[in-house]
Amino acid sequence: MSKLVITSIGPASSVQDGGRPGSQRYGLVPSGAMDRLALAAANTLVGNEPFAAAVEIGPFGAAFTARGGAVRIALSGASRNADIAGRPVAVDTSATLADGETMTLGFARSGSFSYLAFEGGIAGEPDFGSLSVNARAGLGSPYPRPLQSGDELQTKPASGAPERRIELPATAEASIRVVWGPQDDEFADDAKQLFIDSEWKISATSDRMGYRLEGPVIKHLHGHNIVSDGTVNGSLQVPGNGQPIVLMPDRGTSGGYPKIATVISADFGRFAQTPAGRAFRFKAVSMAEAQAAARQFADLLRSLPDRLRPIESFDLNIDALQDANVAGYAVSAVDAATWQVASPADVSGPD
Amino acid sequence: MAATLPPPRLLPSGDSAITVEFSRNIDDAANGRVLALDRAMADTPVEGVTETVPTYRSLLVHYDPVRISFEALGEHILALAQLPIPEATKTRRWRIPVVYGGEHGVDLEDVAKTLKTTPDDIVARHVAGDYRVAMIGFTPGWSYLSGLAASMQMPRRQNPRLLTPAGTVSIGGVQTGVQCLAGPSGWHLLGQTAVRTYQLHRDPTFLLEPGDAITFVPVDTKTFAEQDRAAAAGEIVAELMPS
Repeated sequence: MSKLVITSIGPASSVQDGGRPGSQRYGLVPSGAMDRLALAAANTLVGNEPFAAAVEIGPFGAAFTARGGAVRIALSGASRNADIAGRPVAVDTSATLADGETMTLGFARSGSFSYLAFEGGIAGEPDFGSLSVNARAGLGSPYPRPLQSGDELQTKPASGAPERRIELPATAEASIRVVWGPQDDEFADDAKQLFIDSEWKISATSDRMGYRLEGPVIKHLHGHNIVSDGTVNGSLQVPGNGQPIVLMPDRGTSGGYPKIATVISADFGRFAQTPAGRAFRFKAVSMAEAQAAARQFADLLRSLPDRLRPIESFDLNIDALQDANVAGYAVSAVDAATWQVASPADVSGPD
Repeated sequence: MAATLPPPRLLPSGDSAITVEFSRNIDDAANGRVLALDRAMADTPVEGVTETVPTYRSLLVHYDPVRISFEALGEHILALAQLPIPEATKTRRWRIPVVYGGEHGVDLEDVAKTLKTTPDDIVARHVAGDYRVAMIGFTPGWSYLSGLAASMQMPRRQNPRLLTPAGTVSIGGVQTGVQCLAGPSGWHLLGQTAVRTYQLHRDPTFLLEPGDAITFVPVDTKTFAEQDRAAAAGEIVAELMPS
């Protein structure tokens, strides 16, 4: 076996895959990657199944050293500087670390999460079919907790396959699309209008359980307590202070605040990548449009193998230079002190 | 009789889940319909449905919008929800041992004061209850029980605790519950059980099912400690009653 030893890593970094759906009726949330498209792109680059386990790396920097043999990796998701022993590595490409070489990742510049996939996957013992970390439930492998410096991730030795890049379509949609409900009738029309008309920012006290939004106060019609019902990724619940919390993959499976709207599944990964502090808007769409977008997103996931391209050194260098030139001007607004592992979103329940 | 069942409301939870709402309130009849629909969905699987999550008053149906549309699934659900509720299937009944008060139930004294009675009386009232698992949610194994006596109902704490112990048995509003994992809670802590409602690598991993009946049995701290050791080793220390 080869392995990558984590020489340094920030908070909010963990092993994640497609998650473990199927036990929400027992209170076990699926977890899994915040940005499934980026996870699938990274895995496709190194020939893995799209939702194989990868390292989900939060907004901060990280460094990994290959031991015991060469390791072939791919990086996708948030844009950030990356190099292997000084050789630049572009996002959405594969690359190989020779034994003893270190890969260094800078802070995320746009986006919040990167995915580092290993050719051959990460060795571990799945629980409920998944290696995804859910620290509260004691789940996750090889470590049932966020990653720390010194952790070791075992994988197969690099095959020597040619490196590739993957061409992902540019995102045309700027706003985050939602469908109303399930409890939008707990809000007056003008509150719903205010929600759509306003700019929102994601608070730095956000995590994999929930993204807290900062913006105008969204008032309830009948108070903020409802009898708990089920939640999904993207549920936009509005607690008593009127500042919505968007529920993320480590959410509670049930919750007792009214949910004004739900982020559509096709936009969930893009929403998860929105950096703390950056203004964005929501846009309400019909169920028909949301489901058409879900079908397009499924088509995009299926098309990933057809989007692989050979790496030409010219492409790589231009990408890397562009990445390097913008470094430092837009470091993510979150910082290590406030990006919490357990957020205040955590303390509300049970309902 | 069956014709009088009002249809549930179909509420979109995004493009990949439908909240099938039978009531806005905590209501045993609504919970019965939730659990009946849950069983019906399990008995006649629908292409594209990936998971169902019963709660007090609603069934959350997760589905893949690539395989079935909101409209088609909604029609199917409405048809199932209007079928007469079948005769109650055999209910499992569990006896769950609880050590009440002291360090295991730090709010027992305060609850007794608030309700103007003694801790022993609170324990007696809690033990006298015949409870049902109305839903399991929030965190793995957190079992919400219906059937709390009206005389025990009181508002939740003003300041939720950030950390309450694994195995806590508590009351909140009209509910009582058994939590499996340590975690935040705004409920009043009456006691603690050694029973793990969720335990990895044990068969079954999840002990309780929605619809199960629950009775609490008081035990002393010594018994709790023994049961806790046994439970940690994978033994099931809840007693399944013969039916």
